Amino acid sequence: MRRALSPVPIAVICILLGLIALLAYGLASNEPDRGVEEALGRGETEAAPDLELPKLGGGGNGSLADYRGQVVVLNFWASWCKPCRAESPLLERWHQRISARDATVLGVDMLDITEDAQDFIDEYGLSYPMLKDKDGHGIETFGVVQYPETFVIDRDGRITAVRRGPVDEEFMRTEVGPLL
Amino acid sequence: MRRVALLAVLALLAVPAAAAAQECPKTTLGDIEDEVMCPVCGTPLGLASEAPQAQRERAYIERLIARCKSKDEVKQALVAEFGNSVLALPGDQGDDDLGDALVYVIPALGLVLAAGGIAFAVVRWRRRGGGPGGRGAASLAGADGSRLDDDMERYDL
Repeated sequence: MRRALSPVPIAVICILLGLIALLAYGLASNEPDRGVEEALGRGETEAAPDLELPKLGGGGNGSLADYRGQVVVLNFWASWCKPCRAESPLLERWHQRISARDATVLGVDMLDITEDAQDFIDEYGLSYPMLKDKDGHGIETFGVVQYPETFVIDRDGRITAVRRGPVDEEFMRTEVGPLL
Repeated sequence: MRRVALLAVLALLAVPAAAAAQECPKTTLGDIEDEVMCPVCGTPLGLASEAPQAQRERAYIERLIARCKSKDEVKQALVAEFGNSVLALPGDQGDDDLGDALVYVIPALGLVLAAGGIAFAVVRWRRRGGGPGGRGAASLAGADGSRLDDDMERYDL
């Protein structure tokens, strides 16, 4: 004898399946892009994507292309990010050290309030150029997944190292030093 | 006489201050924070209580309110800082009328279809006798009845 299945369990099963599908989609879409690390792991380097953003504090746009032929330490940071406070004095020291050798630190202030960013720059006396990533375009372009993150780009515009998290003296010495 | 003159001077000083207070648009953080996003958290600001970025954004809104900015001016300032995606309400961004309308229409349509589907399934299920008092229930009652008769006969009751 065929029994008619109640519509309530069917509806509950459908809702549960929908929720599981949504969860799976959310997890899959939040998977960080590790393409740069994978390439570096194979001993290869990827070309840095083009990045053009407004200069922090106005004065038009700035671009990675403006620094072609230079070593660029591209640092994504924000004034609300606590680990960024720890690494900023180190980045400033390195900028002072490398700027005479055709190299620069380039800061990208992410999803931040300009007033707060400016206070941060004043507090730490940061003199390196800064861009403002107001809507996350740069984060998406470089696959930034945590704050801060730093990409080392050689004179040919290729990413030779990446640090997810604050940089330290050893990283700068081993990854930036040989490129100068 | 001196006291009267002093009061008159104080009254004259109070008039512009009161006028300025009336001109200052009144809005509150609570009124704004559920209509804007916390860009880093990816949620409306009102739901992002502990995130440091959300706390900075709230502090910024409060500074703007203290500078007498209206709700619209605060939202404009946030757009200047974070882009249009900081606006949480469909229609606020003003760049896609059809998309904004669909945000409301599609969920409503989905609810109506889901309610209709469930109602249809329930009616069909009842007609097939799946509900209490249907064919299934009647046959069960019949089986129980005959078992009861057998038991009573066996125990000679």
